[in-house]
Amino acid sequence: MAVIDIANPTRFLKLVNRLLPWLAAVTVLMFVYGLNGALHAPDDYQQGATVKIMFLHVPSAWLGMFAWGVMSVAALGTLVWRHPLADVAAKAAAPIGAAFTFLCLVTGSLWGRPMWGTYWVWDARLTSVLVLFLLYLGVLALYWTAEDPGRGARAAAILTLVGAVNIPIIKFSVDWWNTLHQPASVFRMGGSTIDPSILHPLFAMAIAFTLLFVTLHLAAMRNEILRRRVRAMRLMQAQGAVA
Amino acid sequence: MMSDLGPHADFIIASYAVAIFVVAAMTAWIVLDYVTQRRTLDDLEERGVTRRSQRSSKAAP
Repeated sequence: MAVIDIANPTRFLKLVNRLLPWLAAVTVLMFVYGLNGALHAPDDYQQGATVKIMFLHVPSAWLGMFAWGVMSVAALGTLVWRHPLADVAAKAAAPIGAAFTFLCLVTGSLWGRPMWGTYWVWDARLTSVLVLFLLYLGVLALYWTAEDPGRGARAAAILTLVGAVNIPIIKFSVDWWNTLHQPASVFRMGGSTIDPSILHPLFAMAIAFTLLFVTLHLAAMRNEILRRRVRAMRLMQAQGAVA
Repeated sequence: MMSDLGPHADFIIASYAVAIFVVAAMTAWIVLDYVTQRRTLDDLEERGVTRRSQRSSKAAP
């Protein structure tokens, strides 16, 4: 099967139906492995056992931004090529990305309270992630409230592309401004500053979260294709009743 | 052996509890949505309602 064939919704559904059980199984196995590593990782010399929150917080943050990246590529597909699967992909990714961003904010607050002495501070990193969450809510509102799905999709795609500016702001906020949030410690020039005994479980959890995103995204895309078929059939049924 | 969670155990446990809740809720929502859409689609097909593309593929020789 050529890659272009997957762009056909019917062929895409067949592929997803075959892939999903395997993806779900691999995701569960990766979570078992990652959580085992996370729960048995040594305490940090400064942060103690609270470093265990990092195994949830950092992958959630990455996935919150990654999902927006997926939506941005899909938004181009919607606006430039008007491909129906592009809009399906964007709409399916939005609630999942919002959930990961919410998780990032909550776990960050719960980590911040014992380490910084506060749940929240209006510094550049925290504020830009909150803006990302609000942008997700804006995109979801456009999808869920638009009377004409096509117009809603185009409006959501434009907001997604505008909001993509926020992704590098989140990434570099800790370098550009003086923030309470620590600077980059995993992907940075000169290598990671995290000890391998903590870094390895972090990568395992990041892979597990990414697999979870892929699994849920494909499942949500399948749902969206079915929803559109139901809508099309109801329209046909209504037209038949009128005629 | 899992280490002692120390004086901030409540924050660590709360973080994992929230994560489990969010992931479980998201998964349940997607699974339930699939069941609902599949059932509605099957119901419409049983009543003989077809999409335009299905009609044209049936009409094709």
